[in-house]
Amino acid sequence: MLFGLRVEEEASGGVTGYIKHHLTHLSVESGRGAFWSIHLDSILFTLVISSIFILVLALAARRATSGVPGKLQAAIELLLEFVDGMVKDTYRGTNKFIAPLAITIFCIVFLENFMDILPVDALPAAAKLFGVEHLRTVATADLNTTVGMALGVFLLIQWVGITHKGPRVFAGEWFTAPFHAHGTVMTVLLAPINFAFRIIEEVVRPLSLSMRLFGNMYAGELIFLLIACFTLDAALNHLSTYVLGVAQFFAGVVWTVFHYLIITLQAFIFMVLTIVYVGISAEKH
Amino acid sequence: MNLALTLVIQGVVFFLVAWGVMIFFWPYLMGKIEERQKKIAEGLAAANRGQKDLDEAAARAKDILREARDKAAHMVEQAGKRSTEIIEEAKGTAVTEAQRLIAHAHEEVALERTRAREGLRHEVGRLAIAGASRLLEREIDERTHAQLLDKLSAEIARG
Repeated sequence: MLFGLRVEEEASGGVTGYIKHHLTHLSVESGRGAFWSIHLDSILFTLVISSIFILVLALAARRATSGVPGKLQAAIELLLEFVDGMVKDTYRGTNKFIAPLAITIFCIVFLENFMDILPVDALPAAAKLFGVEHLRTVATADLNTTVGMALGVFLLIQWVGITHKGPRVFAGEWFTAPFHAHGTVMTVLLAPINFAFRIIEEVVRPLSLSMRLFGNMYAGELIFLLIACFTLDAALNHLSTYVLGVAQFFAGVVWTVFHYLIITLQAFIFMVLTIVYVGISAEKH
Repeated sequence: MNLALTLVIQGVVFFLVAWGVMIFFWPYLMGKIEERQKKIAEGLAAANRGQKDLDEAAARAKDILREARDKAAHMVEQAGKRSTEIIEEAKGTAVTEAQRLIAHAHEEVALERTRAREGLRHEVGRLAIAGASRLLEREIDERTHAQLLDKLSAEIARG
């Protein structure tokens, strides 16, 4: 249980019910206990979006030419060169995984965030036609997705650290940085402090990565839900419906435009921070 | 909002996708980009080379033109000089020829005059002898009086 937001029972209508309903995952229990529940919707949308991403890349690669590129190829190359340049500027190692990972992070996080722009009720309503009660479309508004990615990045950072510096130097750094000591006594004295700092540093990275993205997307989704509540249970013979309808329209437009900025920015931040963390990890202190 | 098994699945899916991108797409697309960059670099180099060649050719053409102009000017000058020379030469020849002709004519005239004078002298001499013989009523022996006659005709010729 995190944040106490788990919705156990179906709420009974009204704004609270509507929002609670929208924040409930389509999930199956694969075992006993909370850990074994699987959010089918997050995984489904991640898979669909990954497939779209790979499909577009495959399409671009299939038609790719070293001559005059088509528009799709030019667009993908623009992105590729941008990310590649950024990785080359920040990370001086030879790991071939970093740049493809960075572009995958950016594209998939962006596309998953983009699901937030779609009308909040569209896909859940469509799913209801097929008898699916709950559906959350924004995979990055699920903490599991962001933590999953951030933990992967965390492991990658450790791996890059070990392979670039060697296990001995890498392990030594845990006890000798950030406070450098001269002499055996001071080194031994500072070792636990350094270790504590290092633990905090290492934990904070995936935590901030995942929380930042999750928080932004969750809040964005929630605001879309609140805007949708303007005309919840509206009736055509009520004057308030028309006033609130107009207000909802403008609020929706403003938040959508603003949200475009946020989803792009968050995808970009996730990518850049991953590159930066990897770059730092590859350098000796 | 649990942290659940989902996060493992999501992480695995995500990194599998990234791995797939690394294996299948990244090197291929990057290769294409680098290939094109090479092509562009080569094209630019070729353009530079072409420009340089063009410049060189233009410079060479200018040189050739100047040379040709110089040569032509020289030839015109030579021709002018030569024509003047020829004219001068012709003039000289003409003058010499004229002088020669004139001299020749003068000589001819003088010769003619001398011849005429001789003729006349003889004629006068003969007339004088004829006159004298008629006066003397006798034949004058030309042989004996030749000296006298010559003197006489010379006097006539002088007068």
